[in-house]
Amino acid sequence: MAHAQALTEADKDRFYLTEDHHPENGTLLGFWIYLMSDCLIFAVLFACYAVLGRNYAAGPSGADLFDLPIVAVNTALLLFSSITYGFAMISAQAKKVKPTLIWLAVTGLLGLGFLSLELYEFNHLIHEGAGPQRSAFLSSFFVLVGTHGLHVTFGCIWLVTLMVQVAKRGLGGEMKRRLMCLSMFWHFLDVIWIGVFSFVYLLGVLK
Amino acid sequence: MTPSSLKKLALLPVLLLLSGCDWVVMNPSGDIAAQQRDLIILSTVLMLIIIVPVIFLTLFFAWKYRQSNKTAKYDPDWHHSTKLEIVIWAAPLVIIMILGAVTWTSTHLLDPYRPLDRLAPGRTAEGVKPLKVQVVALDWKWMFIYPELGIATVNELAAPVDTPIDFDLTASSVMNSFYVPALAGQIYAMPGMRTKLHAVINKPGVYDGFSANYSGEGFSHMRFKFHGMNRADFDKWAAEVRKSNDRLDGTRYLVLEKPSEKVPPQRFASVEAGLFDKAVNRCVEPGKMCQHDMMAIDKSGGLGMAGVYNVTTLEYDKRTRRGEGGIRSFIAALCAPKSAPAEAR
Amino acid sequence: MSPDLVKTIFGRLTWDAIPLHEPILIGTFGVVALGGITVLAALTYFKVWGYLWREWLTSVDHKKIGVMYIILAIIMLLRGFADALMMRAQQAIAFGDAAGYLPPHHYDQVFTAHGVIMIFFVAMPLITGLMNLVVPLQIGARDVAFPFLNNFSFWMTVGGAITVMLSLFVGEFARTGWLAYPPLSGLAYSPDVGVDYYIWSLQIAGVGTTLSGINLIVTIVKMRAPGMSLMKMPVFTWTSLCSNVLIVASFPILTAVLALLSSDRYLGTNFFTNDFGGNPMMYVNLIWIWGHPEVYILVLPAFGVFSEVVSTFCSKRLFGYSSMVYATVVITILSYIVWLHHFFTMGSGASVNSFFGITTMIISIPTGAKIFNWLFTMYRGRIRFEVPMMWTVGFMVTFVIGGMTGVLLAVPPADFVLHNSLFLIAHFHNVIIGGVVFGMFAGIVYWFPKAFGFKLDPFWGKLSFWFWQIGFFFAFMPLYVLGLMGVTRRVSHFEDHSLQIWFVISAFGAVLILFGIISFVMQMVVGFMKREQLADKTGDPWGGRTLEWSTSSPPPAYNFAFTPVIHEIDAWHDMKQRGYVRPTTGFIPIHMPKNTGAGVVLAGISVVVGFAMIWQIWWLAVISFVALVASAIIHTFNFKRDYYIPAEEVVRVEDARTEALRSLA
Repeated sequence: MAHAQALTEADKDRFYLTEDHHPENGTLLGFWIYLMSDCLIFAVLFACYAVLGRNYAAGPSGADLFDLPIVAVNTALLLFSSITYGFAMISAQAKKVKPTLIWLAVTGLLGLGFLSLELYEFNHLIHEGAGPQRSAFLSSFFVLVGTHGLHVTFGCIWLVTLMVQVAKRGLGGEMKRRLMCLSMFWHFLDVIWIGVFSFVYLLGVLK
Repeated sequence: MTPSSLKKLALLPVLLLLSGCDWVVMNPSGDIAAQQRDLIILSTVLMLIIIVPVIFLTLFFAWKYRQSNKTAKYDPDWHHSTKLEIVIWAAPLVIIMILGAVTWTSTHLLDPYRPLDRLAPGRTAEGVKPLKVQVVALDWKWMFIYPELGIATVNELAAPVDTPIDFDLTASSVMNSFYVPALAGQIYAMPGMRTKLHAVINKPGVYDGFSANYSGEGFSHMRFKFHGMNRADFDKWAAEVRKSNDRLDGTRYLVLEKPSEKVPPQRFASVEAGLFDKAVNRCVEPGKMCQHDMMAIDKSGGLGMAGVYNVTTLEYDKRTRRGEGGIRSFIAALCAPKSAPAEAR
Repeated sequence: MSPDLVKTIFGRLTWDAIPLHEPILIGTFGVVALGGITVLAALTYFKVWGYLWREWLTSVDHKKIGVMYIILAIIMLLRGFADALMMRAQQAIAFGDAAGYLPPHHYDQVFTAHGVIMIFFVAMPLITGLMNLVVPLQIGARDVAFPFLNNFSFWMTVGGAITVMLSLFVGEFARTGWLAYPPLSGLAYSPDVGVDYYIWSLQIAGVGTTLSGINLIVTIVKMRAPGMSLMKMPVFTWTSLCSNVLIVASFPILTAVLALLSSDRYLGTNFFTNDFGGNPMMYVNLIWIWGHPEVYILVLPAFGVFSEVVSTFCSKRLFGYSSMVYATVVITILSYIVWLHHFFTMGSGASVNSFFGITTMIISIPTGAKIFNWLFTMYRGRIRFEVPMMWTVGFMVTFVIGGMTGVLLAVPPADFVLHNSLFLIAHFHNVIIGGVVFGMFAGIVYWFPKAFGFKLDPFWGKLSFWFWQIGFFFAFMPLYVLGLMGVTRRVSHFEDHSLQIWFVISAFGAVLILFGIISFVMQMVVGFMKREQLADKTGDPWGGRTLEWSTSSPPPAYNFAFTPVIHEIDAWHDMKQRGYVRPTTGFIPIHMPKNTGAGVVLAGISVVVGFAMIWQIWWLAVISFVALVASAIIHTFNFKRDYYIPAEEVVRVEDARTEALRSLA
């Protein structure tokens, strides 16, 4: 953006450009701003968890409910999926369609694995009677973790869409930009999950 | 315009404010409200120091520099003056600094949680025993409990003049705001919460009280009369309340709590001990766990997986009270609710 | 059919939801339906559907989207103002034995709808519309950064507005006040569809608002013409930038908090309930963390309009440009640390209250500096009292009064006696009407010739100004007085007859404002009829100073045949001073975005999702949601989103302008 505003000596006396002028593409900046706005949504959910997370309503607490090994596996799945997405991006930079698709598929599978484990955990909790209705703690837990899970779900749908598009159109500038946006989204979800893992699960078990 | 006429102009709104003798906020009968009124006037006057010149200059410049006035100076490129910039930032800054200092001290002095230290200008509150009043905002009526006198009323509040009143407030269902403009500023009454208000009434009389926070259908008529009385009259009033045949207990509270509008004043000769605490802790319903017990349990980490099943449904549910059906559940009390906090600790 | 089956098919929706027993609503419906049918019939008769669809509804042109936002705002203003008139009428007559004509059940919906509509569907579309229309032109860009997103944002806003309007005729609206505080707005105390309508209309519109905020930030950051450094941006663009930063940084909070409220209502969670450890105060805090910045989202662009108007009509450079910019930025930042002043009476304690009280007061310093800057722009100017300038002077006089009462309310002990009173109502109408509405009206009159090529009729414009200005004082000064008499807001019936006269005066003021609105519409109608006389062939009807006046009125689709190069603040003024000659040859093809119907489709399906969720028609909700996701995906497969305007076309348009300019000379 700096170069767009810096005028050369030759520009001093002219009031318009006679050549074709294309402003810099703003997609990545725009997507970044969107991620920050999404981050605020999570900030609200974390704030709610911070305020309500100890209101067990004489019910079970995190220490009673959380199964750390499952969560550890989950965390590992998500972190690995970020790495595999990174490999996908490296292949995309090298314009190699097939490896890109393979790495994206691996990422998607890891994402699905994460989601299945999370659904299993939710199902288990609800089955035990510790559903989101039981206490404000559980409400804020389910909604925080569930919102993250919803994001991952949309990430997966988006991933599949992009895979189809990459397969159809190859790795032009437009497709690379799209992959880059999803990449930011995917890593962003990782960062959020690290917050969830530390503040909700670890602190919940440790107290 | 001469300086003296400008000064008069500046005072005009203040005079207007004061002239309205039936404007209760500007002419209250309680010391706290009076101090709040003084603060309104002081802040207004402080701000008028800026506002009046601005309005005047706006109109004056608009007139003077109109296009048709060719004699006025025209300087199209004049757009900066460091001196002027300093003034336009500094002038509001100075006013706000003064106002900020006033705000800090007055907010602390007039904090509704702070016990009174004076009854009126120059009259200390020391040695005067405050009157305790517990207030519950119910669905569209007010309940007042006088724990020291052992009496209670609905939609009727009385207090002796020149005696500090020590209000404890809560609500049964939704947020309300307890407000007697003649007495003191308002404070929210919220379910599951206890708020406080300290005030004093200095003139005998009958004043309006109401909810100042919208709370649903019957809100407009959630009003009561506040009677400021001489000590003797108040004692007589209390004695009369004691003659009532009604008594206020949990069962009666639950009946009263149901939504109703335009409820005439009611008097209760006696009150079940601890009723207000139960109202605050939302456990007037038999078998329901009190919130302070719940909080104590939560503090020690909840009840574990056993707590999952500690949920029952209300005898009558609140959803049916305001519309459609549906069952509302709550946390059941443990066998020994009184000992629970102790154990938990 | 069995009741179960009916419930599965229709959810909560029954014939009772249609208010056949409410004569007022049936009457309203009749008027709306008749008006709607007339418009639709006329569109069909004149065969303009195709034109509308191709040139407007699917347009990604920021100018057209801006205009459509403003049209939406004006239509919704009529609805919101009808609510206001109903309230003023009710309060003017409902004393003692007279119950008035609106029972609480209805009255409570009216004041809730009034607040929601005026903020979300009048004020917001007005500012978004004006920003859309003007910002790209002011920075010398051809469109916004994401043209499709812009169209989609607009239609989501329309979707929200449609959802609110639906509540009028199918079911009912919330009876909670415009911020729907729980527990009152929770399932336990508002089990019917009202709050759900509230939630879904705001959520649908909120998506649009957030996206358009992102869009305009990127536009301003990335697409300024060469030479336009940040400190050479027009003030309106600066205030738009700050306003959009506030949108992006606050609307997600609204989205989240409403999502939590819907979770309480749909899933039975306990965020804001009384039992089970919920905490309603959390909602109050969160909604105001959005709500206070929202006030500045609305008023900052208005400040920008005044800055442009005052320097144009004083024919003088704006006094203190940089202090204006810094003031805007300071307000932007401070607006985040004042939210608690909306509930001093919740019992936060003296230190917290005074902290927030003092931060609130501090905002008045940069605001004061702005007022002085406008004042000293007038000083030694040559003031032309055209309609936009009249709104500006009216604003300066009116707004400072509102500012003063605002600072007064920021003193916590004073707030204890004035909170929730009609004094508060008078205060925020004073700043929102005196600031936002006057600002937007000034902006509309100012930029109208740019958008349409002819000025609005000045007679009706002036009439509109005087009706609004005088009507405002009649309508709201009595409310200040009533507040000082201890009268609280949202009351539908009074016992004390001595208050009545004030309410009657206020109702009279509302009628004057009604004439103001009629005159406002009339200035457009009469302006249209006299468009030959009022035409602007120069592109610069007011002697403007910023880039938008350098192109034709209305501007061509591509805005500027050549991207301008900027050397100074007030770029166009600089160009005029230094003998700029308009290029007439050497045109090249211009790269432009293509129109698309995807925005209409996506927003339309969103409304169906919302409706299904409100009435709990689960099958429809699932199907429409899947359809929504699918259409979004299908849209991403459309890669043909741009085209080139051929050079010949540019030559044709520019030659026509050359010809028009020559005929003037």
